Amino acid sequence: MNEWKDFVEGEWCRKIDVRDFIQKNYTPYEGDESFLKKTSSKTTKVWNKCLDLLKEELKKGVLDIDTKHVSGINSYDAGYIDKENEVIVGLQTDEVLKRIVNPYGGIRMVYNSLAAYNYKLDENIDKYFNEFRKTHNQGVFDVYTDEMRKARKVGLLTGLPDAYGRGRIIGDYRRIALYGIDYLMEEKKKDHDNLKGVMTEDLIRLREEVTEQYRALEEMKQMALKYGCDISKPASNAKEAVQWTYFGYLAAIKENNGAAMSLGRTSTFLDIYIERDLKRGILTEEEAQELIDQFVIKLRVARHLRTPEYDELFSGDPTWVTESIGGVGLDGRPLVTKNSYRMLHTLINLGPAPEPNLTILWSKNLPDNFKKYCAEISIETDSVQYENDDIMRPIYGDDYAIACCVSAMKVGKQMQFFGARCNLAKALLYSINGGIDEVKNIKVLDGYEIMQDEILDYEKVKKSYYKVLEDVAALYVDTMNIIHYMHDKYAYERGQMALHDTDVERLMAFGVAGLSVATDSLSAIKYAKVKPIRNSDGISVDFEIEGDFPKYGNDDDRVDLIATELLEKFYNELCKHPLYRNAKHTLSVLTITSNVVYGEKTGSTPDGRKVGVPFAPGANPMHERDTSGALASLNSVAKINYGCYCRDGVSNTFSIIPDALGHDMESRKDNLVDILDGYFIQGAHHLNVNVLTRETLIDAMENPEKYPLLTIRVSGYAVRFNRLTRKQQQEVISRTFHSRR
Amino acid sequence: MISGSIDSIESLGLYDGPGIRVVVFMNGCMLRCKYCHNPEMWLMRDKNITSDELVKKILRFQSYISDGGGVTFSGGEPLLQPDFLIDCCKKLKEHDVHVALDTAGVGIGKYEEILNYIDLIIFDVKHADPVGYKELVSHDIEESHNFLEVANKMNKKFWIRQVIVPGVHDNLEYLNKLKEYLKRIKNIEKIEFLPYHKLGTEKYEALKIDNPYKDKKEMDKDKCDELYQVFLKL
Repeated sequence: MNEWKDFVEGEWCRKIDVRDFIQKNYTPYEGDESFLKKTSSKTTKVWNKCLDLLKEELKKGVLDIDTKHVSGINSYDAGYIDKENEVIVGLQTDEVLKRIVNPYGGIRMVYNSLAAYNYKLDENIDKYFNEFRKTHNQGVFDVYTDEMRKARKVGLLTGLPDAYGRGRIIGDYRRIALYGIDYLMEEKKKDHDNLKGVMTEDLIRLREEVTEQYRALEEMKQMALKYGCDISKPASNAKEAVQWTYFGYLAAIKENNGAAMSLGRTSTFLDIYIERDLKRGILTEEEAQELIDQFVIKLRVARHLRTPEYDELFSGDPTWVTESIGGVGLDGRPLVTKNSYRMLHTLINLGPAPEPNLTILWSKNLPDNFKKYCAEISIETDSVQYENDDIMRPIYGDDYAIACCVSAMKVGKQMQFFGARCNLAKALLYSINGGIDEVKNIKVLDGYEIMQDEILDYEKVKKSYYKVLEDVAALYVDTMNIIHYMHDKYAYERGQMALHDTDVERLMAFGVAGLSVATDSLSAIKYAKVKPIRNSDGISVDFEIEGDFPKYGNDDDRVDLIATELLEKFYNELCKHPLYRNAKHTLSVLTITSNVVYGEKTGSTPDGRKVGVPFAPGANPMHERDTSGALASLNSVAKINYGCYCRDGVSNTFSIIPDALGHDMESRKDNLVDILDGYFIQGAHHLNVNVLTRETLIDAMENPEKYPLLTIRVSGYAVRFNRLTRKQQQEVISRTFHSRR
Repeated sequence: MISGSIDSIESLGLYDGPGIRVVVFMNGCMLRCKYCHNPEMWLMRDKNITSDELVKKILRFQSYISDGGGVTFSGGEPLLQPDFLIDCCKKLKEHDVHVALDTAGVGIGKYEEILNYIDLIIFDVKHADPVGYKELVSHDIEESHNFLEVANKMNKKFWIRQVIVPGVHDNLEYLNKLKEYLKRIKNIEKIEFLPYHKLGTEKYEALKIDNPYKDKKEMDKDKCDELYQVFLKL
């Protein structure tokens, strides 16, 4: 095939196997960043236009909404930012930053979003979705039990994808570039023909899904044709490879408004095409960077329509266009290429930004030059996150990618049923308060006594707590099974799933919030004297603590092992319950920015945290309780065992002031590399790195106009600081900043 | 089992020696430097940790410090707990940990035995002139000379630190004296000027100790850099 000329052949020529293509054809790069080029004049023109519109969008909340069409791969006309200067084309709708209406997840969500920005849905669409088309949200609520509704209402289970798109699915968008749509359609046709046997519900569903996938591929082709691109055949050069890959992603974000719509692991794949063109003399380094810069511009203007309540949970309009960079292959060769650098370099060329969510797959065996370059980008932009390739590779191989913040999956071979999270701190209060919610004062769990003890007894509380966790795990699994059954039924991601193997492996990702609060509470009960203050109904609404107790985040096993035992217990409980479509259970310790809202909904806790005070994010120690220095804090988090019970990720956000990292850029880079190596060698999973001062953030809160580009990592994603709510800004400021003694 | 008295451990020290340092702040000091920013460590307090416990804690950070970093004993004055220090260092050396000693050289002997285990001495000069020294730290300069003599004999590597206090060190005359003084130290790898800062002020208030430099101004950082450049050309 002409498009594959000069590529080393292999299994990938005979079946869909992008990994094999990468392994046989990529050129590892161990040099430094000196080859990188600045933005081209075309890129500058396109980006400047975007910058103006982004400013306007920030003022208005949303720039525009297309209320006349319903989301779909081929629902919209072609749109451009600056047609003559756009090297990579394609927008979600016919205009940049104009948002899509997607009612499949839930029509009420659409009403609320539109109302918030004074828009009105087209009458026909409104009528259609109300009278004739059931949504995912309706399906779920038709089935929810009273107990589930209560757990949801009080915030025991929060952020459930029962009214919006579940997201966290990564299509293997590279397949379009490598094989072209026609081949992918042929393969799906073959799969469909082979789905024979007794027509059980499973088989019937799958046959229907594969047919939908086939149609979606055809729609992608038509959509690309509107932009004058024929993607039926493989990409024949670098520009087409980037463009074809982007069309795949574009189809996904036209069809779905999932919470996290991640890109995958494209940089090294695309490098193969760029290298081939460079060798052929038909592409310059400037042009290569231009392709990547313009690709990234497109990723930066991806938008979804959200409600204000959603923004409160996940602030800053995140889309989680996560791109996983680096890592090491199973054969030991680092997967770092020049294009890994180009992708990171967009943060310099186009300025710091939260999207795409650039994620470094860190290994102790990454080339030193690359490690240092990553550290420099972190220090300069606070825009990248790090995840431990050395612990993920043994589980997911060397062609996995991160969805959202920390969720690994084999690209095109695994998908995830996203499951939000359960509030561990609230669950602990239920074990003390007889299953009654301490804020809403309603009974959520049956079969528990209100504890009468004057001083809480550790063994007694732990026993009751673990029983609560058993009940909550059962409830949580049932709830998730319902949600994903309905999501498949009413809001199936046909385009994204068309870019997966038909025989896909499913992961169901459960999550917890409030780990450090629950852990410190148990530690307080165990090592200090905790006296509940009860209201007239006997509900503990506050706690008096006498004496000191070890706190999570100080590398102290007495308390850190409470955290790890708690997670293991909860995970094992989840695993006792079978999952929809034989999914595998996974668990994350991740809150994103929802730790603020969780805190608001949770009463005072036995660790001394008062009602309404935000939790620490993810697996972070509680604010300012990690007093033994940065490394001790990291060591505590590193004890959580990813492989055993937290395979959906353990998020940790680390803020350090520049001076505490070293005198000058060179030493700061070296020291940050040593910190990352030291942390990950212990088996830790994830780290967000912010290198900035608290004073900068306070100034940015008071004078947002001075810091239009200030980007910080929060919990698994980066965000423009000025797009956080005031409460979230305050929470970020209250976090521990590791400083110089 | 040998025990010692420490104030605290800083796991991420990046200034007190090369690379990432685990800094152990040890209690007790015979000097009363007017600019001291750790007055809480002046007194020798009760022993609160065994050498095994301390070494175990330090080794928890081995993954961060194994590549070019290490441990720095600081304080206070680590030389005041020689047996404890020796025992800790011996054990750390079994794990190939780089050990630095941040000291003013005013201890109670056993210098040779201590320095056997020390890879780098970070020496705080205080004042180059015996009179100025006594005035600044309320102690005679001789003991530090004894320490330097032993270290020189053992050809130990030095990093030199000079805190620059306005009105005390920020003049050409002093810089000349310092130049002369440093000739007595053989193996100097690096000389640093640290501008006097007031970060320790609150500690004095909390400890209800009279702060002799209560009204002293901080040293201007740029001026300090200029002095350093002048010094290098002397």
